[in-house]
Amino acid sequence: MNYETVIGLEVHLQLNTVTKVFCGCSTKFGQKPNSQTCPVCLGLPGSLPVLNETAFLFGIKVALALNCGIQSLIKFDRKNYYYPDLPKNYQISQYDMPLAYNGFVDIPANLTGLPKRIRILRVHLEEDAGKLIHPEREGHSLVDLNRTGIPLLEIVTEPDMNSPQEAYDYLTRLKSILEYLKVSDCDMEKGSLRCDANISIRPSGESKLGTKIELKNMNTFKGVKSSLEYEVKRQATVIDGGEKLFQETRLWDADKMITLSMRSKEEATDYRYFPEPDLVPFSVDKAFIEKIRQRLPELPEAKIRRFMKDYGLSEYDSNVLAGQSEIAEYFERCAQVYENRKAIANWITGDIMAYLKTQGASPADLGVSPESLAALLKMIDKGAISGKMAKEILSEAIETKMAPEKIIADKGLSQISDSGKLEEIVMQVISKNEKSVKDYRSGKKNALGYLVGQIMKETKGAANPEIVNRILEKALEARQ
Amino acid sequence: MMEDLHLSTGHELKVLMRDGLESAKILDALYARIDVLDSKIGAFALVNRKAHRRPGGGTLDGIPVLVKDNICVKGEDTTCSSKILKGFKPPYDATVVRRLKEEGAVLIGKANMDEFAFGSSCETSCYGPTRNPWDLERIPGGSSGGSAAAVASDETIMALGSDTGGSIRQPAALCGVVGLKPTYGRVSRYGLIAFASSLDQIGPITKDVEDAALLLGVIAGYDEMDSTSVDIPVPDYATSLASDVKGLRVGVPKEYFVKGIDREVEAAVKRSINVFKDLGALVVDISLPHTEYAVSAYYIIGPAEASSNLARFDGAHYGYRAPDAKNMLDMYVRTRSEGFGREAKRRILLGTYCLSSGYYDAYYLKALKVRTKIKEDFDNAFKFCDIIVTPTSPTPAFRIGEKANDPLAMYLSDIFTIPANLAGLPGISIPCGFTRSGLPIGLQIMAKPFAEETIFRAAYTFERNADIEKRKPKL
Repeated sequence: MNYETVIGLEVHLQLNTVTKVFCGCSTKFGQKPNSQTCPVCLGLPGSLPVLNETAFLFGIKVALALNCGIQSLIKFDRKNYYYPDLPKNYQISQYDMPLAYNGFVDIPANLTGLPKRIRILRVHLEEDAGKLIHPEREGHSLVDLNRTGIPLLEIVTEPDMNSPQEAYDYLTRLKSILEYLKVSDCDMEKGSLRCDANISIRPSGESKLGTKIELKNMNTFKGVKSSLEYEVKRQATVIDGGEKLFQETRLWDADKMITLSMRSKEEATDYRYFPEPDLVPFSVDKAFIEKIRQRLPELPEAKIRRFMKDYGLSEYDSNVLAGQSEIAEYFERCAQVYENRKAIANWITGDIMAYLKTQGASPADLGVSPESLAALLKMIDKGAISGKMAKEILSEAIETKMAPEKIIADKGLSQISDSGKLEEIVMQVISKNEKSVKDYRSGKKNALGYLVGQIMKETKGAANPEIVNRILEKALEARQ
Repeated sequence: MMEDLHLSTGHELKVLMRDGLESAKILDALYARIDVLDSKIGAFALVNRKAHRRPGGGTLDGIPVLVKDNICVKGEDTTCSSKILKGFKPPYDATVVRRLKEEGAVLIGKANMDEFAFGSSCETSCYGPTRNPWDLERIPGGSSGGSAAAVASDETIMALGSDTGGSIRQPAALCGVVGLKPTYGRVSRYGLIAFASSLDQIGPITKDVEDAALLLGVIAGYDEMDSTSVDIPVPDYATSLASDVKGLRVGVPKEYFVKGIDREVEAAVKRSINVFKDLGALVVDISLPHTEYAVSAYYIIGPAEASSNLARFDGAHYGYRAPDAKNMLDMYVRTRSEGFGREAKRRILLGTYCLSSGYYDAYYLKALKVRTKIKEDFDNAFKFCDIIVTPTSPTPAFRIGEKANDPLAMYLSDIFTIPANLAGLPGISIPCGFTRSGLPIGLQIMAKPFAEETIFRAAYTFERNADIEKRKPKL
């Protein structure tokens, strides 16, 4: 049978505020266990939460960037459940009145589909829990509460995605927006961005939703995609086999590339939500919201449109460049001092992004400034170096963090564009390769390639290929 | 004279110390008193034998204050008189404790209380019951029974209590002392181990109104650590005390004089209302029509919040942990089964039930609506009066064990004090006479939010002018 896939995503985002959401402790990652705690985030008896204004502000920024409506009265609730990483045994969260609601994210067209609008159901602010560590064979567990109380934003979509690829594209665009806002590290591996998925399938054309399965424990966007792909197949196999699916939560095993049942719906907890009496509800001034809206940075979609319009780039290039705010910024700095924007785009989306990806680095870590890249490209245009040389120089500059101009000067790498000098070499090669010259004249035009190769060999690749071609063709014609 | 120092009030001692009295002498007198009496009364959960005057002076310089056992004192046992917190020493001071220390108060110990402040009789403490100094066979009221009994028996000069449904005012009434529950938000709750966060307030229990004003002046004020504290300037309560109620409109709600109220209590309160009239106040009949629903609403909202507030006591992080647990769930279950007493368990179950899916709307939401109605009752009433005068408790102190197995009868002890908590209003209990058998009777005065000055003025005037016999318990 043919099935339609229905996917909704829940993203938990750690906000990169300096201090925690309800106390003054540092949010710094990777510190000694329990060193960043106080009576409040330890949940000690008698302590009380006080809302971090910056966390609230970041939440509003995200909500506006996701085109959400903002709640006029901000209220928090307690979500009650017992777990040792939650020292109060309740989490301060938002239940019936989330910070923001009814937004959307537009994802670009991709190989499998058209551009699409993914609706955002709600965005709410809450506190993160701590971490449990289970030392092997020691028969006990350890609790690290450094993470307890780090502000989390939960972003929930409507079930608007119909393929694992759309889910991947949504996450990519969402991450891109969040990076533009500079409100989070968005690092899935560090856990600053986490994603759970709800997926069901139904026979094509059916309007009733199928049985919802919740997926957890995905650590990369690719993992989200793979787990969903696995689930689509698994669920179809179950239904095709005449069996029924049951609502449950399944965990993604990234090593085995399978999902495994964690708990059924019957075991679902009653969280006994009720209004948090320790935090006083407050109303949000419309003018305040407008002020934040006006101060939002240019967001990916607007930037993509501008890149296409102002720089004449393709939609594809614009999407890639604007996908990360730092890359976009790098491109624009380069574009300010160099006219050939297509060339800049090619270099950045090619060599530079490939390098950043393999190194897991950001443009700020790159030894090559946008201005240096522009200078390098100008030298190609002038014929001072070849494209091939430029690639080598760039890669060396990145490795050694030396300015490309200096590498060229140090190694005397500049291209031989001196016609007189090149003519001399051309003549030598012609006289040494009479057979090829004969072949060429008899109509075997590919003999030209061989001769160019010989010239390049003589000059150790430093000859300007355009000039070599011109001189060689002229010389061969003249001799005829 | 010197050996009677324990009988003094704080403001009297301030004068004596100004004239050269050493604060160590006061402490000596109190320690001697405690040594003789407290094995009989049981007002203290912990006596701080190393208490001493700090350098730096302040409003309460050298004056001993007893702090209820649910208020955090850095490095000292703070247990809510519960087995589950035995040995817990907070690493921080409650804001009120920090303010007491800054103003030179000497912290003499921790006062016994009903476990986690759940009770009106001080019978549920893990340290054993506190007894009423006026009759050792009777309860002192609760939950701040230790604070009230210690003040009444002159084992301390002043004390702090906490009041969620009457826990300062009712024991103050039953022990014949002064107890004030401030407006919700007037005093920081930071460091008060929460029972019901939206109802709890810390307040003074003292020998007279002037001391209550003095102590409130020290502990009141906005605290950035407590979002529910309110940033309104704190008047100088003690120096603005005036003996004058001419023209003050005294509201008397008909709903507070119903069947079930002790006849001697009713008579004493009615006499007190006439005292106000004689002093030039205008007595107005008022109505608070939703009063009869207050107890029911309170016993939903209070336990609901408590069930969540007390969830953290699970053996994982601090306090009591049951030995030999097989796994995490077993640790939770055993720790909480062994660590909490009966009344705590009853309230946790009640609150958990009220918040459960399918019951929330019928119980919790409904209770919140009642709460709004009760607030509206007061808003309307205060259009016609400046203070509201009622009995504090429907009966004088009852016998130990009398209501221990009848929670409903016990819950009705707070019938007159609960509405002020639900509405967030300030209320005081002051002595207004004795029963024929010699038990104290309390008069409650309530006012608008943040009108503590009005309450003090009325209470001070009454204290100075009403012909109430000045008695001390025979101990």
